[in-house]
Amino acid sequence: MRLSHILAGAVAALSLAAPALAQSGPQVARSAVGQNETVAIVGGRILTGNSVIENGTVVIRDGKIVSVGSGGAPSGARVIDAAGKTVAPGFVAVDSGLAGNEVGSVSGTNELRNSANTLSAAFDISYGLDPWSFTLPVARLGGITRAIVVPQHPGSSGGHVHEDETAGAGDGGYQTPGLFAGQAAIINLGQGSNILVKPRVAMVAPFGEAGAGIAGGARGAQFVLFKETLSEVRLYARNKSAYERAGLRDLSLSRADLEALIPVANGTMPLIVTVHRASDIQQVLRLAREEGIKLILDGAEEGWLVAGDIAAAGVPVLLNPISNLPSDFEMRAARAENAAALNAAGVVIAIKGNEGSTHRAREARYNAGNAVSHGLPYEAAIAALTVNPAKIFGMAGQFGQIAPGAAGDVVVWSGDPLEPLSQPSAVFVNGVEQPLTSRPLMLRDRYRQQTPMPPAYRN
Amino acid sequence: MIGHHLRGVSLAAITCAVLGLSACATTGQTPDDTAAKPSKDRTLAAGLDPATTLDPYPSTYQPLPRENFAVVGATVLTGTDRKIENGVVVVTDGKIAAVGDASTPVPSGYRVVEARGRYVTPGVIDVHSHLGVYPSPGVSGMSDGNEATSPNTAQVWAEHSLWPQDPGFNTARAGGVTTLHILPGSANLFGGRGVTIRNVPSITMQGLKFPAAPYTVKMACGENPSRVYGGRNQSPATGMGNMAGYRAAFIAARDYKAKWDKWREDGEGAAPTRNLQNETLMGVLDGSILIQNHCYRADEMALMMDMAKEFGYRITTFHHATEAYKLAPQLAASGICAAMWTGWWGFKMEALDAIEENAALVDAQQGSCAVIHSDDAELTQRLNQEAAAALSAGRRAGLNISEEHAIGWITSNAAKAIGIADQTGSLEPGKRADVVIWSADPFSIYARADQVFIDGALTFDRSNPAYQPTSDFELGQPGYGLTAANVTEGAR
Repeated sequence: MRLSHILAGAVAALSLAAPALAQSGPQVARSAVGQNETVAIVGGRILTGNSVIENGTVVIRDGKIVSVGSGGAPSGARVIDAAGKTVAPGFVAVDSGLAGNEVGSVSGTNELRNSANTLSAAFDISYGLDPWSFTLPVARLGGITRAIVVPQHPGSSGGHVHEDETAGAGDGGYQTPGLFAGQAAIINLGQGSNILVKPRVAMVAPFGEAGAGIAGGARGAQFVLFKETLSEVRLYARNKSAYERAGLRDLSLSRADLEALIPVANGTMPLIVTVHRASDIQQVLRLAREEGIKLILDGAEEGWLVAGDIAAAGVPVLLNPISNLPSDFEMRAARAENAAALNAAGVVIAIKGNEGSTHRAREARYNAGNAVSHGLPYEAAIAALTVNPAKIFGMAGQFGQIAPGAAGDVVVWSGDPLEPLSQPSAVFVNGVEQPLTSRPLMLRDRYRQQTPMPPAYRN
Repeated sequence: MIGHHLRGVSLAAITCAVLGLSACATTGQTPDDTAAKPSKDRTLAAGLDPATTLDPYPSTYQPLPRENFAVVGATVLTGTDRKIENGVVVVTDGKIAAVGDASTPVPSGYRVVEARGRYVTPGVIDVHSHLGVYPSPGVSGMSDGNEATSPNTAQVWAEHSLWPQDPGFNTARAGGVTTLHILPGSANLFGGRGVTIRNVPSITMQGLKFPAAPYTVKMACGENPSRVYGGRNQSPATGMGNMAGYRAAFIAARDYKAKWDKWREDGEGAAPTRNLQNETLMGVLDGSILIQNHCYRADEMALMMDMAKEFGYRITTFHHATEAYKLAPQLAASGICAAMWTGWWGFKMEALDAIEENAALVDAQQGSCAVIHSDDAELTQRLNQEAAAALSAGRRAGLNISEEHAIGWITSNAAKAIGIADQTGSLEPGKRADVVIWSADPFSIYARADQVFIDGALTFDRSNPAYQPTSDFELGQPGYGLTAANVTEGAR
């Protein structure tokens, strides 16, 4: 007998039971939990972000983790039994578009790209992020509780780029207005209106082919233009009053862009550089040395060829471990072992989701699993989703780990969180338990039922 | 399957065509009369008769060197809803000879592959691939997947764009993919013919063409054709324009078919002029060419199903089918496969309602055919993981789905979706020995394909560099010959 015969019966039975299931199933919102509640998650295997505690207890109170260890639950705490389960920090989506784009092809919903030719570096993505975005609950079900949302540019991994979908029509001809795509922001994925954690945490700029394209076509032009821009920023910073009374020579950037670039020029704001080719990585490292700027590499598919250089410069890398194809001439050395090689060299890495970590941000955990199967130690893979992103963006200890004082971003998994067969059974953001619901799950439940009235009546 | 092409053509006409009899028929004669009094030569010049040029670019595929062997000790997922612990798979002359438990005899002289603690499945089949037509590197000069010059390009064949040196074939094989269905893109209402291939390194397209696999034709619903042509201020610019375009094409194909049928029957006048566009659609009408229809939305799939009735043909598979779960009973009742992703959603309006449970909900219908596909050079390397995510979502929904059933989404159902289920897709005696030995449960993120056999020949071995082919393109490129992280296994 074909299994689907049995399944058909099971579906029918479930359909009949659907209303009851809706009351008890894990996909339904739990009662709102106040920030003052004390929660103890007991008996689970705890991945703290940089260590493992078997059969441990995590206590969350006032939005933060207050203790982690082998002790029992404090009296009065709401106890969540995690026996046989795995407890992990909420994952941090890096190079993400979460809350900044609802539907890829609907440009009115895209807050990630800006094309005004008078404003590039000053573009502040934090103003456009939507706490009610339906992308957030979906990502949360993939264990993601924070995101670094970045402006997109022609070299971004964002967007659905498959040629099957775009060929014949072009990709809209989008060009970033200048060398800089704008400034990134950190958000949390908690339900509610207050998702912004910190705006303007990093500046974003494409290098390699995309950056060269902006400068006129050649890499040699972009580097010169970049250095010239920084010199203008420094000139402006030293002579603001002269600039205000029009006593300074003409500068190529707007005042807003010049202002935004001061912390980049003085090395306090990191510059996320999207770059792929090994030689480009070397040149960008050299540029950073010469200009005294602080770098974060994004992409770095050929990074393993120059892993020692990256490690020596102390520059962290945001990468996608499944990029292993020579998709173009600046990724000819792409390898699935890139993450393992960079980690082994001592580079701090963070693992990205797919397609710009918006709709497919939830796949970051699978990407980490694939990095493990290609040589990255398991603990390093967990760190690359948790403590490392926090560290890279200056938030070490504040989130991305299960440690006293860190935000109460905790996910209880049915098993190893890197396995597709594992699912979260509880998600906390800032100590608040989140509903395990999403628009796709609502669609699922609507179409699983069979009622005399059309699906539109199944709300 | 090629023979099916001849359905609907009169027996007499076939006899005439095949035997090249002169003066085969005259007006008003019955076939018997024809045989008795052949009066007209219907042999056409080379290349002008569709019936005699069914396979003008024939497969020259030969299996790689192989030996008889047996895999023992593994957990075997057969692709037929069956799981055998400590199983034995015997391969003789490139075919599955026996599959069973530990008591299954291994003939003497066979090489024995010890696979205790590992898993064995049929070779993975990707029913939606653009490898070779949209190869890596995806640069100017290599983008050959969309003949986006007219809404109906049923006359183009993906096999004529296929670059066998695409490095993606090697990485797909390292992910257990033994069969690929290569399609043109979705810019057009009719994108052209697809081709099914054996995933072996080859200098020519013909060298990897799957022998006797049926031809397919790519159709596309929805946003892509209307965006591409509407953007040029031509039809189709809307969904209704799409429908009018398909219908006009099938009317033309019906007319074309009638002309050929009539000419074969009565031999009157000059033979119709061969038209490659109509010829492909005529193949759809006579059942020899299988429709592979890019179609996301449930309402559009329902229109396509009615149109198939209007013109009297069959739809084999809907691709992407992000809303298949809304139409699951109708798809199952019509015997149409749905090839789906698990995790892709939201990139355009017709993908907005995609859910991870799509495959599981389609699959739950009796008589269904749920398939997981890639449409992507990276995802094709991990179809087992995409199936695992679909399985996980189904279980989250309360469906009791076993791994031995879910493996069918990337093996046996996939074979059915492209018309090769009689050849491959399951570990059953007589089938081609397309076999993957996985390092662990293939539904685990950590599983790697250790060894991949195609027609019984070892084509990839994760621990043996002698079985890790590289394309010509990869030779001498940056990083070539070096190992990252001291790892010397895998394709890249």
